[in-house]
Amino acid sequence: MKALSNSVCIVGADESDELGTLPHKSQLSLHLEAVRNAVRDAGLKVSDVDGVFTAGQHSPATIGEALGIVPRFVDGTTVGGCSFIIMVGHAMLALHHGLCDVAVVSHGESGRSGVGVTPRRDTALPGQYEAPFGFGGAPTYFGMITTRHMHEYGTTLEDWAQVAVSTREWARLNPKARNREPITVGDVLNSRPVCYPFNLLNICLVTDAGGAVVLTRADRARDCAKKPVFVRGAGEATEHVMLTQMKTLTTSEATRLSGAKAFAMAGVGHGDFNHIMLYDAFTSGPPIMLESLGFCKPGEGVRFFDNGRSTPGGSLPINTNGGGLSYTHSGMYGIFPIIEATRQLRGECGARQVPNCKVSLVNGMGGMLSAAGTLVLSNER
Amino acid sequence: MELDRPLPQPITPEAKPYWDGLREHKLMLPRCRACGRAFFYPRVLCPFCHGQDIEWFQASGRGRLYSFEIAYQTISRTFKVKPPYVLAMIELTEGPRMMSNLVGIEPDPKRIACDMPVEIVYHKMTDEITLPLFQPAGAAR
Repeated sequence: MKALSNSVCIVGADESDELGTLPHKSQLSLHLEAVRNAVRDAGLKVSDVDGVFTAGQHSPATIGEALGIVPRFVDGTTVGGCSFIIMVGHAMLALHHGLCDVAVVSHGESGRSGVGVTPRRDTALPGQYEAPFGFGGAPTYFGMITTRHMHEYGTTLEDWAQVAVSTREWARLNPKARNREPITVGDVLNSRPVCYPFNLLNICLVTDAGGAVVLTRADRARDCAKKPVFVRGAGEATEHVMLTQMKTLTTSEATRLSGAKAFAMAGVGHGDFNHIMLYDAFTSGPPIMLESLGFCKPGEGVRFFDNGRSTPGGSLPINTNGGGLSYTHSGMYGIFPIIEATRQLRGECGARQVPNCKVSLVNGMGGMLSAAGTLVLSNER
Repeated sequence: MELDRPLPQPITPEAKPYWDGLREHKLMLPRCRACGRAFFYPRVLCPFCHGQDIEWFQASGRGRLYSFEIAYQTISRTFKVKPPYVLAMIELTEGPRMMSNLVGIEPDPKRIACDMPVEIVYHKMTDEITLPLFQPAGAAR
């Protein structure tokens, strides 16, 4: 595992040309724009890519074909929104062993406009045991985790609202963020009730967006256009798909395992990070992830969002792109925290740049904390 | 008559005793003969010890409200029950958890609490399909 640490680098990272409401662009177009932009960011050509990693509705074969290349390594592991985070680890393995030389992890999703999208259908399990009761759509599931957390630890609606406020403070500094007006805890509590315990501002955006990152081995990374970002550690795990099968609703076993693996590979501890990206489909996600990753005891995750600690100028910046809550969330958000961490580690973030950003944590979930992917990224070996 | 909920589908072969039981107002659960533990959803392999000798037994229909949500808008297009309604995760006395709705109580977060005792209510949809809903234990039917 130690041999893998720092063996590969993220050398390119970018979004599709536009993010937001894009009824004029198909899902496949969002992929292709993102790949072209990320490859250009790396100072490489699309024809250099020989490893294609993607999750969602399009197989890596479709992406390879549309790009006009013949990849010699492909991976289509689809375990929810964190799949792209997991794929950085998979790309690391393939690159390290010489199974490919330039890997691209690609995401494109017309999550809002549904252009070029195959309608989703229930698989046998949710269709049989959940849909007849009105379940369907992430808020009808993640609220279960959230309500139980409030019951066990006394977490309040105000605590969760703080996460939305903190994340919005970052979005205000990101020109690409969709929602940039400041909000208060009161605004969150008074926004439209959707599914208790969530009001509208507790729930991520629904957008059309693409994103991609390019990886290559550390020796080759030196020749790319930008400062390389080393993958120091990577972890993954899956626990469940049906929420009734999750052992403890308030702690994610997949997240715990994924984090432990990534931290061990990287040789880092909780105190070593100066920037954190957490998948925020809901305001309760990031605090529960911090708890499951071992940053604090169960029930204390929300304290990371108190007193401006996580906001611009705070001691531990979290979700500096404005997150799924305020920047963009196409459905499978996991590529975007990787892009933001890469930019922060390169020092490209302008008004929202975290000073002396050296070690960044990216942690995402798939489904309802069902799967997890964790990366430890750094601009130093 | 138009149904206000989607029918469970597809009914998978390993779950037939469960759906057959509900039609007769019995909550049937699978249990592993090797380790003695009940589980849900039905499957051909025990998720605890991976034994394959599975039996069915009639559960009590009692449990606790493990967690809940109140839907103020309908998110699923095929679900036509008028909001607000309570989405519930039930932990049965026998151990397994299942999704359902909590009925027979005002859908108000001040009146509903995790861990409140609940009991099954059989909700007939068609001659073939009856769903397990839950109400606060001891509530009038």
